[in-house]
Amino acid sequence: MENVGVCDEFVNLKATELRLGLPGTEDGGEEERQKVSCCKSNKRAFPETEKDIESTGKTKPASPPKAQIVGWPPVRSYRKNNIQTKKNESEGQGMYVKVSMDGAPYLRKIDLTVYKQYPELMKSLENMFKFSVGEYCERERYKGSEFVPTYEDKDGDWMLVGDVPWEMFVSSCKRLRIMKGSEAKGLGCGV
Amino acid sequence: MPEDDEDQSPPSDLRSQPPCSPNKSRNCISSSSSQTFPDHVLENVLENVLQFLDSRCDRNAASLVCKLWWKVEGLTRSEVFIGNCYALSPARLTQRFKRVRSLLLKGKPRFADFNLMPPDWGANFAPWVSTMAKAYPWLEKVDLKRMFVTDDDLALLAESFPGFKELVLVCCEGFGTSGIAVVANKCRKLKVLDLIESEVTDDEVDWVSCFPEDVTCLESLAFDCVEAPINFKALEGLVGRSPSLRKLRLNRFVSLEELRRLLLLGAPQLTSLGTGSFSRGDQSDEQGPPDYAAAFRACKSVVCLSGFRELMPEYLPAILPVCANLTSLNFSYANISPDMFKPIIHSCHKLQIFWALDSICDEGLQAVAATCKELRELRIFPFDPREDSEGPVSELGLQAISEGCRKLESLLYFCQRMTNAALIAMSHNCPELTVFRLCIMGRHRPDHVTGKAMDEGFGAIVKNCKKLTRLAVSGLLTDQAFRYMGEYGKLIRTLSVAFAGDSDMALRHVLEGCPRLQKLEIRDSPFGDVALRSGMHRYYNMRFVWMSACSLSMGCCKDVARAMPNLVVEVIGSDDDDENREFVDTLYMYRSLDGPRKDAPQFVTIL
Repeated sequence: MENVGVCDEFVNLKATELRLGLPGTEDGGEEERQKVSCCKSNKRAFPETEKDIESTGKTKPASPPKAQIVGWPPVRSYRKNNIQTKKNESEGQGMYVKVSMDGAPYLRKIDLTVYKQYPELMKSLENMFKFSVGEYCERERYKGSEFVPTYEDKDGDWMLVGDVPWEMFVSSCKRLRIMKGSEAKGLGCGV
Repeated sequence: MPEDDEDQSPPSDLRSQPPCSPNKSRNCISSSSSQTFPDHVLENVLENVLQFLDSRCDRNAASLVCKLWWKVEGLTRSEVFIGNCYALSPARLTQRFKRVRSLLLKGKPRFADFNLMPPDWGANFAPWVSTMAKAYPWLEKVDLKRMFVTDDDLALLAESFPGFKELVLVCCEGFGTSGIAVVANKCRKLKVLDLIESEVTDDEVDWVSCFPEDVTCLESLAFDCVEAPINFKALEGLVGRSPSLRKLRLNRFVSLEELRRLLLLGAPQLTSLGTGSFSRGDQSDEQGPPDYAAAFRACKSVVCLSGFRELMPEYLPAILPVCANLTSLNFSYANISPDMFKPIIHSCHKLQIFWALDSICDEGLQAVAATCKELRELRIFPFDPREDSEGPVSELGLQAISEGCRKLESLLYFCQRMTNAALIAMSHNCPELTVFRLCIMGRHRPDHVTGKAMDEGFGAIVKNCKKLTRLAVSGLLTDQAFRYMGEYGKLIRTLSVAFAGDSDMALRHVLEGCPRLQKLEIRDSPFGDVALRSGMHRYYNMRFVWMSACSLSMGCCKDVARAMPNLVVEVIGSDDDDENREFVDTLYMYRSLDGPRKDAPQFVTIL
């Protein structure tokens, strides 16, 4: 009896253990690969967890939260993105903003709340528009590239992305514009 | 509502050589020696007769009679359906059919909707529009599904066809509001502009203002999927000068107040209404809340209602005046609770088509079952589309529907738990079912009461629903389920399989047992080379086969490609070119009259 009690305690302890990654997986790094919404590859995610599922498949579903598999459940992204949520797009204060790039034919839209800091945002923009922005430093701003990311704030002024603390940026950014060429040089380099 | 992926007949026969010789057919008179009447007289007679044939099934049959019939049918066919844009080249279309007025063209396979295919795979409208621009100056209607359409394509369309009347784009992408603007502006005879579940980029163009200033011919305008603000004043003006307008589907940038104003303008003629956001801005109510119900009372002809993209539930009762007339109601973008829902559905006695989110719960479905005795089509989408979300609907809702809605023909149901018993009940209660698509969102999930696989439930569906033509399965399924499909699913044309089956035998049962199978889409199931080979006698008679994340080897795919020269076998890979991959990522194969396509991107290998 006592042994069982001890084991139960131990099990409970494990459940409260702080770790990265989902309960049920051992490797914290897998969290990165999880939410692949649009991909070039068709790889099944997490073959290890699939095996787990299969072996326990015939019992009641008390399984841990599963990793998000690409394209499953089969709901079109248009529908997924447009189902009314309690928290709708707010009207311009952070959240969804339009992004345009000089020379690119189409506008895109991004959700700023998805990012935690500037580097993440920059990487995403670089991927989206297939360009690279120079290194940012306080004195010389964006060095090494003809592209300069700018944004329009609440007051209608065009500012350089990166100048203000992240939280302030998210709450005041209305739209983004990636400038190119000579216009950019004026804004991006030096003082 | 978007067009369902159904076609009612075997594919059109577009072979370049007519198949049978004149000697064999009794009714045909051969083209040269032994005739009593000259050719052109016979042709005229035939033309006059054949023009009455509408159904493409009948036309396909007629074209097989003899050479002459084949030729004349080709001259008189005005509506062409092409289920797979890569099955033939645009040139072949224009060579065979000379007087086409209406084209229905489908592109990407359905699984592309779920990000299972990289972008830029193909299905470009460009070669079609440029070929037709020269060959069919009198083209009136273009209906595209899952095609890549650019603004340039739309511009060419608008310029090339002076009598153009109908543009329907379903699940398309690649264009923006600038393309729409050109169509609006140049197609002076435009009756129908329907953009349905398409991705439309916001080019910040005021396309609504681009319609011509005078009275328009518009009968249907659907732009609910356009994610861009519109010029409301221009829209008001447009509605005001479109006396033939019957269908209007607004996007979420049209507020409730604006909707009210539009309805006061043109409500009595409207038969189909998409309400836009169905929410208000932050206007103050000077004289109390506006009477939205009055606006809906004016909608005496509305039978189809959709929209509710940002629903403010307190205003939902405003639609009550139209409920009694509704045959179609789409709540699938609105998070409606059972309490909000029940008073509304209680009045919808004539409802035949109903789409909603699972937020209405089993309770809401019970209310539907109690009231909607004429229901033909039900679609329940998940509010929270994840595998491990809460499941507000279950076998209870399905059971209720099966008992209350005996005329049900088409079902799409997302849930987290289901039982065989509910499926068995439905198979007995709803003999009219032609489409049965059940998605148990947790993969490999068994009957949650018995713990058994879902074989018996799906087995009952295929066995008892004798009219079943489309089936999508889910949950824990063994080879037995597929044995049932092969044995009883004699009319099945479309089959979707995901995370199911134990072995090659499962797929073999289907390929050997389902003679009408046209479209087969499979993902993440343990089917391999043996199964693929077992279907070789079928592939020329199918529109396509899709198999991703299965156990197919490259060698076997190559064998199939070699053995079947008119089959285009595409292997769609991932980024890493690993020569030693054991299995092919994605196989997509389809018959083609004109060989492999020339526009395949790098990640596609055509074997």
